[in-house]
Amino acid sequence: MKYSYFPGCSLKGLGRAYEESLLPVMKHLGVELVELDDWNCCGATAYMSVDETKAAVLAARNLAIAEKAGPRDLMAPCSACYLVLNKTKHNIADFPEINAAVQRALGNAKLTYSGNVPVRHPLDILVNDVGLDVIKEKVVRPLKGLKVAPYYGCQTVRPYATFDDAWNPTTMDRLLATAGAEVVHFPLKTKCCGGSLTGTVPEAGLRLTYILLKEAVRRGADVIATACPLCQFNLDAYQDQISRRWGPARIATVYFTQLMGLAFGLSPEQLGLKRNFVPMKPLQAEPVTA
Amino acid sequence: MSDPNWQPRIVAFFCNWCTYTAADLAGVSRLKHASNARVIRLMCSGRVDPQFILDALARGADGVLIGGCHLGDCHYGEGNYKTLRRFQMLQRLLRDMGIEDQRVRLEWISASEGERVKTVINDMVEQLRALGPLNLPQRRQDWDREMTPPAGPAGNSELAEQHAEPEAAHA
Amino acid sequence: MNTNHKNGKVRIGFYVCHCGHNIAGMVDCPAVAQYIAKLPGVVVSRDYKYMCSDPGQELIQQDIREHQLNRVVVASCSPLLHEHTFRNAVTAGGLNPFYFQMVNIREHDSWVHTDREEATAKAKSLAHAAICRVRFHRALETTRVPIHPDVLVVGGGITGIHAALTLGNAGKKVFLVERDPSIGGHMAQFDKTFPTLDCAACILTPKMSAVRSHENITLWSYSEVVKVSGYVGNYTVTVKRKPRYVNEDLCVGCLECIQACIFKEGKFPDEFNVGLSKRKPIYIPFPQAVPPVVVIDPDRCLQVRTGKCKKTCLEACADRKAIDFTQKEELVEIKVGNIIVATGFKLFDAKRIPQYGYGLYPNVVTAIELERLVNSSGPTAGEIVLRDGRPPKSVGMILCVGSRDMKTNRWCSRTCCMHSMKLAQLVREHTEADVTVFYMDIRAPGKGCEEFYDKSLKEGIQFVRGRVAEVTDWALAPEEEGKLVIRVEDTLAGFVRRIPVDMIVLATGMEPQADAQDVRRLFNMSCGTEGWFLEKHPKLAPVSTFTDGVFIAGCCQGPKDIPDSIAQAGAAAAEAMALIDKGHIEQEPNTAYIVEADCSGCKSCIPLCPYTAIAFDEAKQKAQINEALCKGCGTCVASCPSGSIRQNLFEDEEIFSEIEGVLAYV
Repeated sequence: MKYSYFPGCSLKGLGRAYEESLLPVMKHLGVELVELDDWNCCGATAYMSVDETKAAVLAARNLAIAEKAGPRDLMAPCSACYLVLNKTKHNIADFPEINAAVQRALGNAKLTYSGNVPVRHPLDILVNDVGLDVIKEKVVRPLKGLKVAPYYGCQTVRPYATFDDAWNPTTMDRLLATAGAEVVHFPLKTKCCGGSLTGTVPEAGLRLTYILLKEAVRRGADVIATACPLCQFNLDAYQDQISRRWGPARIATVYFTQLMGLAFGLSPEQLGLKRNFVPMKPLQAEPVTA
Repeated sequence: MSDPNWQPRIVAFFCNWCTYTAADLAGVSRLKHASNARVIRLMCSGRVDPQFILDALARGADGVLIGGCHLGDCHYGEGNYKTLRRFQMLQRLLRDMGIEDQRVRLEWISASEGERVKTVINDMVEQLRALGPLNLPQRRQDWDREMTPPAGPAGNSELAEQHAEPEAAHA
Repeated sequence: MNTNHKNGKVRIGFYVCHCGHNIAGMVDCPAVAQYIAKLPGVVVSRDYKYMCSDPGQELIQQDIREHQLNRVVVASCSPLLHEHTFRNAVTAGGLNPFYFQMVNIREHDSWVHTDREEATAKAKSLAHAAICRVRFHRALETTRVPIHPDVLVVGGGITGIHAALTLGNAGKKVFLVERDPSIGGHMAQFDKTFPTLDCAACILTPKMSAVRSHENITLWSYSEVVKVSGYVGNYTVTVKRKPRYVNEDLCVGCLECIQACIFKEGKFPDEFNVGLSKRKPIYIPFPQAVPPVVVIDPDRCLQVRTGKCKKTCLEACADRKAIDFTQKEELVEIKVGNIIVATGFKLFDAKRIPQYGYGLYPNVVTAIELERLVNSSGPTAGEIVLRDGRPPKSVGMILCVGSRDMKTNRWCSRTCCMHSMKLAQLVREHTEADVTVFYMDIRAPGKGCEEFYDKSLKEGIQFVRGRVAEVTDWALAPEEEGKLVIRVEDTLAGFVRRIPVDMIVLATGMEPQADAQDVRRLFNMSCGTEGWFLEKHPKLAPVSTFTDGVFIAGCCQGPKDIPDSIAQAGAAAAEAMALIDKGHIEQEPNTAYIVEADCSGCKSCIPLCPYTAIAFDEAKQKAQINEALCKGCGTCVASCPSGSIRQNLFEDEEIFSEIEGVLAYV
C-alpha cells in the first residue's frame, strides 16, 4: 500500500510528535508514504475565512502536486489540513469562479488540477484500508490497563462525515481497542477543543478545553488520544492556566499514533512522547508477547 | 429556417390511474411547468396503439410522451408491460425513420409523483428545443414533391431549378 | 329525442368554466368560448363562473332542451373530480351521459402555467380536441355488477374492530383478519386516553368482547391475507391461518400451561410490553386478549423447533387437550364484495436519532415504553421507575422525535403533543416528579384538547419551546452529576439551557407499517409519497381508494387519534354498506368488444387479458369478450392486428380525432 503524504506545517513544527509516531507506525504496517515534493501550507482555517478563492488556489497547489506524483490517495494526518483540502475540492467542484481562478493560477505554475486524488485521514486508512485484523497481529504489547478517552475533534467528521459517523465516530475507538486499551465512553469526543480561540479569546477557547479535560478525568481516563495537532496542543499545553482559572484538570494528551506505536512495541523515545508537556504515565511493565 | 417563435409541441398519453392522477396532483400542488404538453387521457398505457404515436408525429407533434404506472403497479395488473414491449419495438422503427429517441418517451409515473410530471415535461421540452422541430407534415410534403415525376420535356431543368433551392434546414 | 351522428347532425354545446379565479385568473375563458364557437357542429358556446354549481348544471340542461344539443363538452377541472357530476347533469337534461366529454383546463393548465397567452392557447387546443372527439361518442349504458354482501376487514386494532362491529350490527357478514395473536392493536397498550383520561382498556375491551361474541363476525386472529383477486363486489381472498399449536375452541384461558412450561421464567422480549419484560415461548399477549387463547411461538418453543421437550404444557392441559403440536398452517379462501384495510402504523425507531441517547443511556425511554410503565398491568405494576428501580424526581419529555424532521420524517404525527401531555399529567399524579416538555409547537386541535393543555399548565408542568439538540451525561455543575442533561435552546427565553433530569421520554412519531408497500400491492392500492395508503381524494374521499370496493381507515391512511380513527372506520363501513345495500355497482361502460366480422381468429389477444375476459370460440374460430369480466384497460384493443377489437368510450377514431384536435390549433 502506497500513499502520497501531506504533512502540513504543524507536523513539521509544534506537532512533530504526530509525524514522529505516524511514520514508524505506518512503516510497521507496510504502508509506504511518499511525502509530496515541494508542498506548501494548506492555508488552514485562517486563510479561508479571509479570501475563499485565494485560499482555494493555495490549497489546490498541493492537490495538483499530488496529482502529478501519481494516481494514489493523499494522506493528510492533520485534521485541519484534511478538512481544508477536502473543502477546497468541494469548492472547486461547486463554484465555477473558484475553479476558473484555480486553473488559471495553477496553469501559470505549469500545474493542472482535475480533482481525482482523494484526500484521506489516517484513521480512515488504518481502519478501512489496512484493516483491524492486520493491525491486531502487529500488537505485541497490548495497552492493558490503560484507559483512553478517544478525542476526534471536530474537523475529522464535520462537515464531511465520509469515513465515520458525525455524531458518534468509532474508528479511533476501534483502533485503540484493537491495541488493547480500555476505551472510555467519552460523549464529548467531537466537541470543539477551542481551536485558535485559545490564543485569541482565551476565556472562551480555554474554557472549552477545560470542559474536555475535566470530563476525561471524571470518566477515569488515564490519557486522551487525539488526531489533530491543534487539539493535542490545546489539551496539553495550558493545563496550569486552566487549573488556576476553572479548576483542576490534569491529564496527558497524546496522538493516537503514539499509542499504536507503543502497542507495536516501539519505544516511547522513538514515538516522540518526550515532547508532551504533561507526561503520560508509563505503561504497566508487561512481557512482550510474541 | 428556424422560426424564433417555435415552441415544441408534445402530445402526451397518460394512464388514468397513475400518470393522469399525478398530473392532477401537480396541478393541485401548483407545480409550475412548461405548457407544451397536451394530455390525452386513456384508462391504461396498454391502450396506446403505436399508430397513435405515429399519427401524432405525422400531424406535426415534435414529441410524444407516454405515461403509465410503474411496472408491477398497473391498475389492471399487466397493461404497462405490454406498453413497454410495444414501445421498444416502435423505437427501432422510429430510429430507422431517422426520428430521434428523445422525441418518443415512455415514463412510469405513479399517482403520488406530481413532482415527476413537472420534471419530465420540463426536461422533454428542453430536449426538444435543442433538437428543433420535427415538422413531419412539411417533410412529407417535401418528399411528395421529390417523388412526383416531372411533367413535360423541360422537366429536367425544372427539376434542376427545384433542387437549386436551398434545402429546408432540418434541425 | 337525440340522435347519433350518423342520421342527424352533431349539435355540440360547449361550456368553459371560470371556476372563480382558479381558471379565469390564467385562462381567457371568453376567448376560448369564442374560438370554439367557430368550430363546425358547435351550436352553443358559453363561459360561466361555476359550471359544477346548480345554476351551471341547469344551464346545460336548459340548452340541451332549447337547442336540441346531442353532445356536451365542459372545459373545467379534472374529470377525476367532476366527470360524474356533469354526466349526471347531462342525464337530467334528457341526454345519454356518454355524449359528454370533459376537458381539464385547471389542474393541467391554469394551475400549472404562468403565461396567460400560453395557458389560453393550451386551453383552446385541448377544447378543440374534445370537440373533435365528442362527435364520435355514442349512447352507452352502464353495466351492473352484483355486490357480494360479505366484507373483509384487515387489521384488528380499534379501527378494524369498529368497522367490523358497525357492519356486523347492520347484519352484514364480516371476516376480521388480524396478524397478531390478539386484536386490540396499539390502543390495548395505552393506559389512559386523552383528553378524557378514560382508561383505554375499559373502553376497548367491551368492543373486543363484542367482536368475539358477534354472530356476524368471523374473527381470524394470528392470520394474514396472502392473495386477493377479483374486482369490486367479487373479491376472492386467500387467508393464511398461522398455527398457534393451541386449539382455539378447546382452550379456556386458564394459563396453567404457561405456568407449567419448562422455561421457569420468561426469557424472550415481551412484544406487548415493548421489550420491557420477558415472556415464555408459550404465552398470552396480554390478560384481556381476544381471543383469550394461549399461543406458542414457533421460533422459541423447544418442542416446535427440535421436537425434544418434556411437553409439560401438554400435561397441564391433560383434561382439555387444547394443545396440539400437529397443527399446520392453513390456507382458506373466502369470497367478499368489499375490503376495508385498517392495518395501522408502526412507531419511529428512536435509535435513528443517536443524539437523544436512546439505547445508550438506560433512562431514555420512548412514550410507549412509559405508557407500559404507567399501566397497572405493565412490567412494573404501574410504578414509574428508573432502570434501577428508584422513582424519578425529574422527567424531560422531548416532542417531535422522528416527526417534522427534514432528516427523518417530515410529517406531523398528530397525537404526540396530546399523548405527551397526558403522560406528563400521569407522571405528576404517580410520582410528583418535575416534568418539563420540550416542544417546537403544541398541537391540541381536538375537542377538549386545548383545555387539556391548560390543565397541564395549571398542574405545574413546565414547557420549554426549543428543539432539543442533545441528551448527554457529562456534567458541568455538581447538580448535574448522575443525571441526564438536556441541551436545548430555549427560544422564548433566548439562550441555550442545560436542564438535568432523571428520566427522558421521547415522543416517537408514527410511520407507515414496514410492509406497507407489499400490503398495498396485495389490495391494488397506491401509497402516497410518504408511504401512507393513498386515498381517492384527501378532502372529499378520505376512506376510498382508486380501486372500487377497497377502503382504508385509521392510521394506515395517515397519523390520527382514536376519535378520528373511529370516525374513519364508520365512514369506510358506510361506504361498503352503500354498495352492499344497493346490491350492485354501475360499471363504466368502457369495455372492449369484438366486431366478429373483422376477427381473423389469430388469437393474439387471448393471453393478454389479466381478467381472462377473452375466450376463443372454436366453433366460430373467433375471439369473444365476456363483458362482465372486462375492466376496460384497452390492452387487447391496441394489440389487435385487424382492428376488430374496439373499446367503448375509447374508440380509435375518438382518440385519433383528439390527436388531430390537439395539434390543430397552433
